[in-house]
Amino acid sequence: MEREKVITAKGLTKRFGDFTAVDAISFEVGKGEIFGFLGANGAGKTTAIRMLCGLSIPTDGEATVAGFDVYRQTEQIKRNIGYMSQKFSLYNDLTVRENIRFFAGIYGKSHQFIKENTERLLDRLHLQAESNKQVKSLPLGWKQKLAFSVAIFHEPDIVFLDEPTGGVDPVTRREFWNMIYEAAESGITVFVTTHYMDEAEYCNRVSIMVDGRIDALGTPQDLKQQFKAESMDNVFLKLARKATRGE
Amino acid sequence: MRTLLFLLQKEFRQIFRDRAILRVIFVMPILQLILLPNAADYEMKNIRLSVVDHDRSEYARQLVQKITSSGYFRLNSYTASYADAMREVELDHADLILEIPADFERTLVRENEAMLFMSLNAINGVKANLGGSYLRSIIQDYNREVRLHWIQLPRFNPETNIEITSSNWFNPEMNYKLFMVPGILVILVTLVGSFLTSLNIVREKEIGTMEQINVTPIRKHHFILGKLIPFWILGLLVLTVGMFISWVGYGIVPVGSFFTIYVFAAVFLLAVLGLGLLTSTYSDTQQQAMLISFFMMMIFILLSGLYTPIDSMPEWAQYITHLNPVAYFIDVMRLVVLKGAGLYEIRRQLLIMLGFAVVLNGWAVLSYRKRS
Repeated sequence: MEREKVITAKGLTKRFGDFTAVDAISFEVGKGEIFGFLGANGAGKTTAIRMLCGLSIPTDGEATVAGFDVYRQTEQIKRNIGYMSQKFSLYNDLTVRENIRFFAGIYGKSHQFIKENTERLLDRLHLQAESNKQVKSLPLGWKQKLAFSVAIFHEPDIVFLDEPTGGVDPVTRREFWNMIYEAAESGITVFVTTHYMDEAEYCNRVSIMVDGRIDALGTPQDLKQQFKAESMDNVFLKLARKATRGE
Repeated sequence: MRTLLFLLQKEFRQIFRDRAILRVIFVMPILQLILLPNAADYEMKNIRLSVVDHDRSEYARQLVQKITSSGYFRLNSYTASYADAMREVELDHADLILEIPADFERTLVRENEAMLFMSLNAINGVKANLGGSYLRSIIQDYNREVRLHWIQLPRFNPETNIEITSSNWFNPEMNYKLFMVPGILVILVTLVGSFLTSLNIVREKEIGTMEQINVTPIRKHHFILGKLIPFWILGLLVLTVGMFISWVGYGIVPVGSFFTIYVFAAVFLLAVLGLGLLTSTYSDTQQQAMLISFFMMMIFILLSGLYTPIDSMPEWAQYITHLNPVAYFIDVMRLVVLKGAGLYEIRRQLLIMLGFAVVLNGWAVLSYRKRS
């Protein structure tokens, strides 16, 4: 099935002085796809994501996100994406409701939309009882689920998740991935980085970054065949061992 | 516009939810306004005096009594040996030595003149200076009394005698609090404006919410206004609280109008907020922002004319004070509170402050980047 392309990158590069953090990466992501963006620490995943989100200006190459150019149309890109960073970045001193309201508000959503969808979201996350508590009082797993929900609350085309499940227990991780599937089914493209190779198996396609380059790209099935490995874990280890960059 | 309202709502919620910040904003200024003017006293009291009396006469005793009853001096020791008194100074028990020679009374009565010797511990120059001049004026006063009461003057005084009388304008009782309180109030408003703004923004950088904001379509000027407006209002609120305390605590009511003060304060706060914003764009952690603000604050306070008059600074330092927004506000506060200046009289300072506001905010906006 040929999907409509929502992210394209061609030779996308980012250099900091002499150091090439991202080295001419090229890939395409289709609409509604769950695209896993793997790599060891320091491989350049976060830098790549930051370029695609319009937070960082590429040094070279080209890329479009949701049909907009990453050099000139960053503000249009921002209107059409959601972003959840490694750091928890909701406001700890605001309540669950206030956080949802604030972020929906600055994306320009109407009061009517915010009101209806807030209740639906709180029900789905079973957070009704905690909705007027400050976010800092929630356990980490709940915070992450809330952060993800807030990142897609304004109904973006694409959501970028940078290690969303770091430090979260296996049960919550499972629940989190169910939420990702739901989002993908509703048409949101999911671009996710992770360290957990079991999570890589959940993705439609994965790319593996080593030392700033994409060394492998395909469905988990294809990659396992290509590298003659029985699990994604082994694929990753075979590739990551070649890395020359330290942690 | 709607985005700005969401930002303001969030900002005010966070500020009023943070008890530590609220304490800093309201309790600290109140404490400082009550403590500082009473402690940072220009008048010297309790200067410790050692008297070396070689005379032990009636006149000498009267003189010492007059000095100690003035309220400025505390008699630390009363000896007959200069070495003893010097030892007191060395031990830091005395600030000042007054030596009365052995034939003080005799020469005063017979020859109509007498010598006294004064030694000052000048480690603290201000104290030595003031102590010396207080003592001199008390002795002069005593001198006059002696001449009036004990010495028969001819009807026509052969000595030419010029006496200077002065009248103090704008602050007739030389109440230094009237001078200090408005100045300290300015410092407090500056603190709220620059420190809190920069810390607030850098905090968002530290906890990562800044990045989250940067991936949203929020416009740069909305974000900046969302940060400036709350602290602008808080600054004016602190000014109001401060003026209320000045009135209740010190009975200070501006001779000029509150309107003039608020107009200037509104512009001043814009400048200071711009400075806070600028600090935040150049720092990544709250420590950095704190250090930069602290360093600037020191210069602002010491070169503001709050404690030492700008006119008595060396020329190069006076040029620096032209770049100090705090100096202008202190100047304006004193002009309005003590002299009753209106907007027309402070137009120069107001224009300069507008310039500061435009330049600092412009610079801050240009250097604030949503992307790197």
